[in-house]
Amino acid sequence: MTSTLKPDTERSSLNPQVDRRAFLRVTALAGGGLLLGSYSRVAGAAERLGTLGAGSAADTAIGHFIRITPDGIVTIIAKNPEIGQGVKTMLPMLIAEELDVDWKNVRIEQADLDTTKFQAQSAGGSTATPTNWLPQRRVGAAARAMFVTAAAQTWNVPEAELETASGTVRHKASNRTLGYGQLLEKAAAVTPPALDKVPLKDPKNFRIIGTKVPGVDNHAIVTGKPLFGIDVTLPGMLYAVYQKCPVWGGKVASANLDEIRKEPGVKHAFVIEPPAPPSDGRGPGLAGLLGGVAIVADNWWLANEARKKLKVTWDEGATASQGTASFDAKAAELSKGTPLKNLRRDGDVEGALKGAAKTVTAAYSYPFIAHATLEPQNSTALFKDGKMEIWSPSQSPANGRSVTAQALGLEQTDITVHMTRVGGGFGRRLNNDYMVEAAAIAKRIPGTPVKLLWAREDDIAHDFYRPAGYHYLTGGVDASGKIVAWKNHFVSFGTGESFTQSGNIAPTEFPSRFIPNFQLDYSILESGVPTGFLRAPGSNALAFVMQSFIDELADAAGKDPLQVRLDLLSNPAAETAEFAGRVRGVLEMVRDVSDWKNRGSLPKGTGKGVAFHFSHRGYFAEVVQATVSKAGTVKVDKVWVVGDIGSQVINPSNAESQAQGAALDGIAEALAQEITVDRGRAVQQNFNTFPLLRMRQAPPVEVHFKLTEFAPTGLGEPALPPVVPALCNAIHAATGKRVRSLPLSKQDLKWG
Amino acid sequence: MATTLKVNGQSHTVDVPADMPLLWVLRDVLDLKGTKFGCGISQCGACTVHVNGNAVRSCTRRVSTVANMEVTTVEGLSPEGTTALQRAWEELDVPQCGYCQAGQLMAASALLKNNPNPTDADIDTAMNGNICRCTTYLRIRQAIHRAAQMPATVGTRNSEP
Repeated sequence: MTSTLKPDTERSSLNPQVDRRAFLRVTALAGGGLLLGSYSRVAGAAERLGTLGAGSAADTAIGHFIRITPDGIVTIIAKNPEIGQGVKTMLPMLIAEELDVDWKNVRIEQADLDTTKFQAQSAGGSTATPTNWLPQRRVGAAARAMFVTAAAQTWNVPEAELETASGTVRHKASNRTLGYGQLLEKAAAVTPPALDKVPLKDPKNFRIIGTKVPGVDNHAIVTGKPLFGIDVTLPGMLYAVYQKCPVWGGKVASANLDEIRKEPGVKHAFVIEPPAPPSDGRGPGLAGLLGGVAIVADNWWLANEARKKLKVTWDEGATASQGTASFDAKAAELSKGTPLKNLRRDGDVEGALKGAAKTVTAAYSYPFIAHATLEPQNSTALFKDGKMEIWSPSQSPANGRSVTAQALGLEQTDITVHMTRVGGGFGRRLNNDYMVEAAAIAKRIPGTPVKLLWAREDDIAHDFYRPAGYHYLTGGVDASGKIVAWKNHFVSFGTGESFTQSGNIAPTEFPSRFIPNFQLDYSILESGVPTGFLRAPGSNALAFVMQSFIDELADAAGKDPLQVRLDLLSNPAAETAEFAGRVRGVLEMVRDVSDWKNRGSLPKGTGKGVAFHFSHRGYFAEVVQATVSKAGTVKVDKVWVVGDIGSQVINPSNAESQAQGAALDGIAEALAQEITVDRGRAVQQNFNTFPLLRMRQAPPVEVHFKLTEFAPTGLGEPALPPVVPALCNAIHAATGKRVRSLPLSKQDLKWG
Repeated sequence: MATTLKVNGQSHTVDVPADMPLLWVLRDVLDLKGTKFGCGISQCGACTVHVNGNAVRSCTRRVSTVANMEVTTVEGLSPEGTTALQRAWEELDVPQCGYCQAGQLMAASALLKNNPNPTDADIDTAMNGNICRCTTYLRIRQAIHRAAQMPATVGTRNSEP
């Protein structure tokens, strides 16, 4: 089972047996036909392409991404994990566009992890668009150029007289046409052009980019085909649960394994000891293999039933007494003292505050939040003959392979990782704890494939949470209503002087650089809570604080909060001119599309709020209209989203979906999501206590993109951050109540 | 305990504990992976199937209680994706990650069977138990309306909407 063959025709299948049959069929179908590239699984192709300038960059890149068979069917390899952000459709669109083929003749195949062929293969930071916009197009363009050369040679005409369309090369003067499928042999002998020199299409000639292309797995999804990590099935596979200490990082002291082994269907029960941390102290910590008890059974339900009988004595460690109440108290205490460190100091904040016409002081805070991907964490692993093979819904499979190798004492070259479709990422699966756990269990039962699946309770209890945080702010406006001073003492989690993952703040975080007297300090709270990246990490919390406090100052000055933002951005320094200009662009547009100027006519209890945020290279301004009942219940009426992600929206269907999803995700976070900590563990366990957004709560989200001259950027994240403060500002407009702490379900919003 | 159940028109006898949830019989015994596990406590709807035409949460439904009943999963909606709902889902590009969509389709299918032309409020009520973590709700709503306008499904085993 060292080669799981992914077929051309059954891209959804995760069953290696089916794959193998399909593969043979496809190979036969391809016959001697040339597959463009040295794709190692395709017998014969590698030898054929020996002439393809072996070792050149173009050969490698083109061959790894594109295969074409004589019937003109194009297979494009999607290199990155698909987590719902649409990348399995979007990246192949870039190649197909420049290759100049019809999308209906394109088949998509998911790549396995192979960083030699594909370099970075991860889903995070909204990076796929900006980092692949040119490289993937160049791959398609280079292959197209080879077909043009091949046709020119065939007809003995200059290349300049040839044009391409729909997978064919045409010589207009003689009215001759050849399909790429007919040019394969000759194209293989052409020296590939240098990727950085190959000409690209003028965007006005795009035929795929800029059109609504539905997700390539949609048909498999609506017909219930196995696609996700949880769907992987291998012959003779067993199923596992893994019980960890509810206090993060705790260890097993003892467990009633003999009793568990007698439970129905249970095949194995054993304790896994965490590996010793590396001597340089640079191990993955809580993101690596933690100790626990594995129960392996005939099916997952039996394994989980046996777990109900499990009795473990835990060594809970030093953090078992921590809790949200003690974090809150400690933060308040730190806020009164001298900050640990200064991050930025412009002008003279204390002097400016003394001279200000009005000052506002406020304490803001936000909670830990879980990711709650709907597909619970899982991986399937098989350890055989010293080699580990893994199927995993990971956002960062290369990191998973590295962590697995380190924890289990394996060479990375002995670990194969297959990337499945991912049932939601949101940053959770940038950590690979579930992958290393599956591998650790499989290593104990060599020769037997095992699927580890977490229950929802495991998932909520063992996340890498969006870190909670506290901001102690003072701001001042002058007599003209201009914001002249801003001071923030940020209390975040971490160790020593270092912020915990995703708990940091940049010295340039807005409104830094736009207020003459500005000071940003921080202090650190230590805790045992694992933290990590949640969609728009950092930004999803910081936008709430900064954009809410700007509203407070605008309110103190008696000014239109949208105009106050435009004024702040009106005379930028050279280094912030692009930022200011692009933010102004989206702010002005959202003002116009949301009918901002007439917001005063809304009835009491209904209000509009505005906010903007720049993150992940994207500029977003959003307006929320919300209605608050006298009893204090919040209903979001509508959201207007305006984004500037550059010159081109690659797939408008998915772009709208991502922006809507991000806005609604932010609303879900604001409404009721929090993880509280008690006795060193998460209090919430499932969706009844950690509520996700439901259909009835989902307002219309109107999305606009403002096209600018800049290169296209990503869209998974940047639409999220502004919606949280825009909602809180709308609540203030509706009720006069200022929201300084989240979630909203914990705030008293009664009015009237 | 041997239980006979009819899944997507086909009879199966499975030897599993009586209290094993239908979800795990479908997924791990019958190898029908379309029905998904999300929460295990009937909170998210990812596991929604039809039992005698009604939408039920298979994660908390004991297999013994569906003996000899008609169970329909997403695989039985139409294996070729020809039902109005499946076509509308593809046409409007509903899925993001796609994990919840089998449950969404089964809930929507039960809705349309009882209410062929639902209002937004009808849809919200019927679908409120089905969580989409990617929040594709706006397109789900749109797609249900679209399916309601589409010609009836042709050639499917269970004549599901």
